Amino acid sequence: MPGTLWKEFSKGLWKELPPFRLVLGLCPVLAVTKSASTGLGMGMAVIFVLALSNMIISLVRNMIPQKVRIACFIVISASLVVAVELLMQAYAYPLYQSLGIFVPLIVVNCIILGRAEAFAGKNPVLPSLADGLGMGLGYTLSLTFLGAVRELFGAGTLFGAPVMPSAFEPFAFMVEAPGAFVCLGLILASMNYLNAHMARRRGEEEPENPRSGCMACGACSRANSPAQQ
Amino acid sequence: MDIFQLFISAIFVNNIVLAQYLGNCPYLGCSKERGVAFGMGSAVVFVTIMATLFTWLIQTFVLIPFGIEYLQTLAFILVIAALVQFVEMFLKKLIPPLYKSLGIFLPLITTNCCVLGIALLVQRKQYSLGTSLAYALASTLGFMLALLLMSGIRERLDTCRVPKALKGTPIALIMAGLMSLAFMAFRGMAA
Repeated sequence: MPGTLWKEFSKGLWKELPPFRLVLGLCPVLAVTKSASTGLGMGMAVIFVLALSNMIISLVRNMIPQKVRIACFIVISASLVVAVELLMQAYAYPLYQSLGIFVPLIVVNCIILGRAEAFAGKNPVLPSLADGLGMGLGYTLSLTFLGAVRELFGAGTLFGAPVMPSAFEPFAFMVEAPGAFVCLGLILASMNYLNAHMARRRGEEEPENPRSGCMACGACSRANSPAQQ
Repeated sequence: MDIFQLFISAIFVNNIVLAQYLGNCPYLGCSKERGVAFGMGSAVVFVTIMATLFTWLIQTFVLIPFGIEYLQTLAFILVIAALVQFVEMFLKKLIPPLYKSLGIFLPLITTNCCVLGIALLVQRKQYSLGTSLAYALASTLGFMLALLLMSGIRERLDTCRVPKALKGTPIALIMAGLMSLAFMAFRGMAA
């Protein structure tokens, strides 16, 4: 049992790393990574919602009729997001303000519904919790990494502390919107390159590049499968 | 605020996708063909305006009088989910040709952060009902513009030789970055 739990937990850290391998939930990835600390804060909020929503959905999975499951998943995750909003207003108000509308928008983050649909709706409680924690941690690490890169080049600081030599001229492009897109594109490309390289070294066939995550997301796959039209 | 200025600002300067990072999933997922992009864009315009109308009314006449503004997120997403279902049934029954062209995009829209995002933004900006609806229309037109431009570029990209690691989403993101850079040039026209 601990072995399978570890497997569910660790797949979110590399093999199915949410934003970079599954390409899911990109809006906050682009929007809140102006600095490493906002990325980290957003990631923490997502861990909380994702782990608890996975756990609750898995607990009630046999009670939910198949037809209204998406609506039920949305209600559960929305209640958790309201809880996060209230907690952040009470204990982390500056962070809450800098994240802006992206805190309530966790509700419609594909990663929550995607995991509910793909995993928690079909699996027992403990593996679902492990899956949620692993995916959430992977998401947090990715956001912090992207935030750190953008902050380092865009402002010359890391978690707010200056690290670059004084001769360094901040590259403002990186903290603006275009920098977010280009930086994320380059990170995805290097992940693809790294994976292809590793597969070649193991003597396996090179994997396909992951498709844009909208198709992998719970609600979206429903619209794309002709059987349910 | 001047309505003309609001439109210029929401379509070009603060474009919902390229400057405010909302609605990236359909922007990358539904921009492979121009027809699909147009269908998705018009479905978003339609649903966002309806959703803004209903969430504005709910906020003003239910949430504020009862002092339960903290339930905003929960109430809004439920209203949007129900609304999308109703619109789907309504179109299927009454306007079949429109349903045929928009139908498959409607279920996608419940989890589109554009819709909930705009509904929340107009509350934070404390717009009146008229201004809210104009803002919703202008923002979603900006979304449609970005989506159509992107689909045009991606149809061309298919025939180009892109390095293997960059194929698919990475190159699309870099294109989006360049497009966003171009849109930054509109800054200074309106706040």
